[in-house]
Amino acid sequence: MQEVTKLQGAIDSQGERAVSRQTVYVYETAVRLWHWINALAITVLCISGYLIGSPPPSVPGEASAYYLMGYIRFAHFSAGYVLAIGFLFRLYWAFVGNRYSKQIFVPPVWNKLWRWGLVYELKWYLFLVKDPKKYIGHNPLGHAAMSSFVVVLIFMICSGFALYSQGAGNDSWQFALFGWVFSIWPNAQDVHTWHHLGMWSIVIFAIIHVYAAIREDILSRQSTISSIVSGERVFRDDFRN
Amino acid sequence: MSAQIETFYELIRRQGITRRSFVKFCSLTAASLGLGPTGAASVAQALETKPRVPVIWMHGLECTCCTESFIRSAHPLAKDVVLSMISLDYNDTIMAAAGHQAEAILQETRQKYKGQYILAVEGNPPLNEDGMFCIDGGRPFVERLTEMASDAMAVVAWGTCASWGCVQAAKPNPTHAVPIDKVIRNKPIVKVPGCPPIAEVMTGVITFVTMFGRLPDLDRQGRPKMFYSQRIHDKCYRRPHFDAGQFVEEWDDDGARKGFCLYKMGCKGPTTYNACSTTRWNGGVSFPIQSGHGCIGCSEDGFWDKGSFYDRLTGINAFGVERNADQIGLAAVGVVGAGIAVHAGITAVRQLTTKPRDNIKTISSDPTNPNAG
Repeated sequence: MQEVTKLQGAIDSQGERAVSRQTVYVYETAVRLWHWINALAITVLCISGYLIGSPPPSVPGEASAYYLMGYIRFAHFSAGYVLAIGFLFRLYWAFVGNRYSKQIFVPPVWNKLWRWGLVYELKWYLFLVKDPKKYIGHNPLGHAAMSSFVVVLIFMICSGFALYSQGAGNDSWQFALFGWVFSIWPNAQDVHTWHHLGMWSIVIFAIIHVYAAIREDILSRQSTISSIVSGERVFRDDFRN
Repeated sequence: MSAQIETFYELIRRQGITRRSFVKFCSLTAASLGLGPTGAASVAQALETKPRVPVIWMHGLECTCCTESFIRSAHPLAKDVVLSMISLDYNDTIMAAAGHQAEAILQETRQKYKGQYILAVEGNPPLNEDGMFCIDGGRPFVERLTEMASDAMAVVAWGTCASWGCVQAAKPNPTHAVPIDKVIRNKPIVKVPGCPPIAEVMTGVITFVTMFGRLPDLDRQGRPKMFYSQRIHDKCYRRPHFDAGQFVEEWDDDGARKGFCLYKMGCKGPTTYNACSTTRWNGGVSFPIQSGHGCIGCSEDGFWDKGSFYDRLTGINAFGVERNADQIGLAAVGVVGAGIAVHAGITAVRQLTTKPRDNIKTISSDPTNPNAG
């Protein structure tokens, strides 16, 4: 009995010890918080943004009785601020956080092993290799996807604030900081169009992101879904012989 | 013509206009330019002391709608501007001289008032075939334009043609028409876009330049801030209907009769910088939205190439298919979704057809595994 109490890890009722797992703390609280706030903000932004481009059916009666577009736009702008401030915070956290918090901002394309991993992971998704590799942070393909997402996020923040500055006025700080967008696209119609395409690329990213996270959780023998809740990445077992 | 031109004040006094009327005119002009309470005094000061500025008005590829608009200006009256404040030495549409006589004026102004005259350009130069698509006075317009610009004090780009390119520069732009700032690099240019620009905006800009001898404050895109710093949408009288979510859904529906917002009918007010919703047209009578039609964004860059005037979302012409961003985006999401479904299906089939793992067996049969219990 004494021996059983000394045993670490999970045991079953017969005293048989289960496989002890390797666990690494990857996603710090700040990163997880950012992830979920970001997910929420993006959901609000996509829905409200779509409705700004294609408004709901016209409401009857006096204009003074409604503020429908006003509220939709308010939702979009406030979620946009949450996203932008969250992004700045996340950028700050890349400097003070752990090594994994820097990953999404710096894809190490100069690293030969990373590039090899990228190709290997692509093969894994094309069913060309039998087993996936395990990574503590993002796998190289996921890493590349995350970094692309960061680029799209920066584009959406810049174009979003540029469009916002049109309403805020040419003497607003938004225009002072983001007015350069109109030097690239003098007609704001084009900025709207690219902002829409950016939104759809984020929707596509989100679909692939969720699919890949669930799939990897099942097949790669490492946790992904629970990791973004608890922060810990659990490696389940080794490859098949 | 002499090098010493009389001032505006001297001229109108000679025409019998009282000082009282002159001061009134100064106040009105200052107000229309948004110069503030002290503006009237500076306007009067300028008109009393500065010689009238010679203006050369050239026409390239264009439709003359800018000139048509200009001569309908109510405040200040085009007559006052054309005949008194400036010295409009050359405008081939409304000048009396013709042929060699008219051509001589260009060279005379260029020599006599080197660096002092204003070059106003209506239309733009085509560059293909060495500029042969617009021959003016026997020479390509682009040559005459750059020649006259080289000795000008400043250049005014009238209308969307000169500012952005407009219809002749729309795809596929067979003549390679370009806005004038692509060929005039070394002179300050003020862009006054619109197809045509509002008459009061045109005379306002000309008045400002001639009175103060400099260009007004310009925005990032070279447009005078005083007229182009707000969108049609920002000052639209139908804006409350937009904020409420009340739209015209189709022409002649109830919303159209009630004067709801034309956003869904493709109004470009939210992306168009111009003074239509404040200054309005024809002496403040109306403007497109007030007449029940959406703004087509005529003062914006490339407004011909942004899909239908009646669609809210801009058409994107890619791979020969014209769709808007949301249609393209939704199609892409569908393709990705279907791809993931297929991928997940293949994954599931492979999982079911491969031998299942047996953790316990693997571990217990492997004595080298430190995790084995």
